[in-house]
Amino acid sequence: MSPQPQAAVGAPLSRVDGRLKVTGQARYAAEFDIDGAVHAVIVDASIGRGRITGVDTDDAEAVPGVLRVIHHGNAPTLPYRDNSSGSNNLPGRKLRVFQDDRVLFHGQPVAVVVATTLEAAQHGASLVKVRYDAERPTTDLAEGEPGEPTGYARGDAEAGLRDADVRLDLTYRLARNHHNPMEPHATIARWDGNRLTVWDKTQWVYGTQLELSTVFGLPLDSVRVINPYVGGGFGSGLRCWPHTVVAGLAARITGRPVKLVLTRRQMYFGTGFRPSYDYRLSLGGDRNGRLVAADHRIDAETSSYETFTEAVMTPGQMLYSTPGVRQAYRTVPLDVNSPIWMRGPGAATGVFVVESAMDELAHELGIDPIELRRRNEPAQDPSNNTPFSTRRLLECYTVGAREFGWQRRKPKPRSTRDGDWLIGMGMAAGVYHTAVAPAQSRGRLNADGTAVIESATSDMGPGTYTAQTQVAADALGLAVRAVDYRLGDSRYPQTPPHGGSMTMASVGSATLDVCDQLRRQAIRLAVEDEESPLHGVSPDDIVVRGGRLHVQGNPARGESYQRLLTRNGRARLEADTSFTPPRGERFSISGYSATFTEVAVDATLGLVRVRRMLSVYDAGRIISPKLADSQAIGGMVGGIGQALLEHTVTDHRDGRIVNANLADYLVPVNADIPDLRAIYLDGEDYDADPLGVKGLAELVICGVAPALANAVFNATGRRVRELPITAEALL
Amino acid sequence: MSIDLPESAVPPPTEPGESSSPPSRRTFIATSAAVGGAVVAGGTFLAVPDEATAEGAAPSSRVSLTVNGTRRTVTVDNRTSLLDLLREHLGLTGSKKGCNAGACGACTVLVDGHRVNSCLTLAVRLEGAEVTTVEGLAEGDRLHPLQQAFIDEDAFQCGYCTPGQIVSGVGCIQEGHTGSPEEIREWMSGNICRCGCYVKIVRAVEQTAGRK
Repeated sequence: MSPQPQAAVGAPLSRVDGRLKVTGQARYAAEFDIDGAVHAVIVDASIGRGRITGVDTDDAEAVPGVLRVIHHGNAPTLPYRDNSSGSNNLPGRKLRVFQDDRVLFHGQPVAVVVATTLEAAQHGASLVKVRYDAERPTTDLAEGEPGEPTGYARGDAEAGLRDADVRLDLTYRLARNHHNPMEPHATIARWDGNRLTVWDKTQWVYGTQLELSTVFGLPLDSVRVINPYVGGGFGSGLRCWPHTVVAGLAARITGRPVKLVLTRRQMYFGTGFRPSYDYRLSLGGDRNGRLVAADHRIDAETSSYETFTEAVMTPGQMLYSTPGVRQAYRTVPLDVNSPIWMRGPGAATGVFVVESAMDELAHELGIDPIELRRRNEPAQDPSNNTPFSTRRLLECYTVGAREFGWQRRKPKPRSTRDGDWLIGMGMAAGVYHTAVAPAQSRGRLNADGTAVIESATSDMGPGTYTAQTQVAADALGLAVRAVDYRLGDSRYPQTPPHGGSMTMASVGSATLDVCDQLRRQAIRLAVEDEESPLHGVSPDDIVVRGGRLHVQGNPARGESYQRLLTRNGRARLEADTSFTPPRGERFSISGYSATFTEVAVDATLGLVRVRRMLSVYDAGRIISPKLADSQAIGGMVGGIGQALLEHTVTDHRDGRIVNANLADYLVPVNADIPDLRAIYLDGEDYDADPLGVKGLAELVICGVAPALANAVFNATGRRVRELPITAEALL
Repeated sequence: MSIDLPESAVPPPTEPGESSSPPSRRTFIATSAAVGGAVVAGGTFLAVPDEATAEGAAPSSRVSLTVNGTRRTVTVDNRTSLLDLLREHLGLTGSKKGCNAGACGACTVLVDGHRVNSCLTLAVRLEGAEVTTVEGLAEGDRLHPLQQAFIDEDAFQCGYCTPGQIVSGVGCIQEGHTGSPEEIREWMSGNICRCGCYVKIVRAVEQTAGRK
């Protein structure tokens, strides 16, 4: 098969859905106009743990427009069949809405008010009186009882640390972070007989379909989930949350379609979060800057009813050659709702610790931070002794140092001043493993020379619509505008969750395969058709460009899809595919980054301002450079938030989150962000997947926070081991 | 809630006395800071309470306002925000609800030419007001230059904050707060973009302002 010319892939195209988004026409979950829809508002628990002793709904039900108040006292028993395999649900016993009187965390849904107008539902919800038998919750990571550790070990970490020339014993604490996508989670639920349709904010229509079918005891195909646009997710939509079930239940009971939108406050306990961590690291090295041993003791919060874990140990295992490594990772059950993966899950935490510690060691030994990293660069993955498919981290350092002007950095902290501001530079490496999962796709090549490709994936912002269209256009030899890529409907072929940076590698490989099939079908049709100018030509010698099949190197000999299909009386060609990633762990496959930043810290006020940032990535092939650039810059902004601003604060007396709003949970705003720059190293990694991509979304946040912390140290001489780095910590 | 048919596609002339000195962006910000984020669209009269309200029903009022050039007379629950009026009753879901508390700017619309958080503005206060939402910026198929600049610069990802950013950007340009990237950043900081597209939002606003 001759290779298809690549016209769309790698070209800096604008988003195919751009016009819809800038004109306000893109419809998000709560924006579908469903005939007869009524409104639901959740009443959430005002205690952190205990039992409900009574629910008084009289006042709420007296509000004009209120149709129903549903709570554990009057809700039907729901099947809640097991769906632990195939879902993103965590090990444990998931929260079952309105099925008993237990309150497991502050904010748990305890009732829902359904009314004909939003205003009536909101007013009604404020009038529901819930009485409790409250217990004191445990919500502080330091006070919980840790579970059994999972671990990892190689070499003799204990001996290594004992004999090391230099040993650092460091404790890092990372605050709980909330995803806070701009679009609140929302569900519109409608029953048609025993069939349920939901328009739901989710990063995985299939996951939500599975959850609802098992909760309500329905066949899978009796549930349809629709979600063409997702207003950000960052992981918060990776599982189906209780409110989606509440919407379905409310619609069932009232017999009306129900729209339920979480308030911003409810997002803080109605969906998950990146857990807080207490991460102790002992690092041993020799005088020449070679790591000899590392001991990681990691505690992270989880809920009392489910166990959440993430790949927080990976960076400590494979970022550097370290003969002795020991890790123990414990989850600490608390009276909180369950965490969920958030952008760069595990890695954003692990990389922060490892890369901060490397900077500390570099300072201790008087070695340049990049040089220290070079001296510990492994030749193969030290965690499992597999070769790297591609690992160009050293190149990231070289390019980054040159482009950023790293040589201007003064190694001695607190030695550069600009008026009131202390200036510092810092850098850090980043890593995120490349995940690829099975994905399906189907496609139609129409006689009019257009194509439709469908997969049940999502686009929460990275540009799935655009990038998949680019892949399809090149594989089919069509113009981008001739390809209609559709997603966000559980009726389309199944895909993995839209998360973990695996959409391009997984769904993209399915797109590539289905389009290759369609093109081959057309080519076969042509070479076997005596009336075709391509009759008798070897299929391997035919390429398609601009919707026209022709002999490679001889554009004159050929014909269009349109002509070929019309002459053969074919309205369309159809294909479907089930992409399965190659089995086996032959290679260690990850994306890598080096982030450089310059900060200014007000010497008296402790304010930190980011002045510059540059990241260089080894991320494999870049399908959509314009969008990839946006994603990288967005990852830097996310990392700036993690490093300097974001912190979910809980009142441990009653488990209430005190800053559950966007005025008090600080995220970066425009004035916080200077010009940022991203560079992707040219390249591809075909050991990763057929497209040669290594994933972007997670990689681009990993490494940002430690680069900033290291720059703050260089500016001030103060090593802050707690995130976020606040002005208070620098006073 | 009832919606009357549009009376006219032509906005009525604004009487000078009808609008008592709308706040400048500066006083707008000072006001919002002073009252903890509560922002009101100033300069419009309260609507007439609706006498036809059924007994026991929620108090509602009739209000006439112009939305994207179309005069609308609606009877609304007095508690209805402008944002909910747009999204839940007028089918204009371009303006987004991100926080419903004036902290994120996703709901930004222009009221009598000024940027306003529509989630904090009661619809019944808008008698005679002219409201412009993201749906009202393009002229037919021709996008507003800032909309086009957002596409060209890729100044958005998920798109949810985008309508508010664009309307806010239009306001920022009209106010003349576009002298430098720093000034744009400052005056566009009422609109949160969680995908982190600020660098490109600033470029889009700067470019569009430069072309004027």
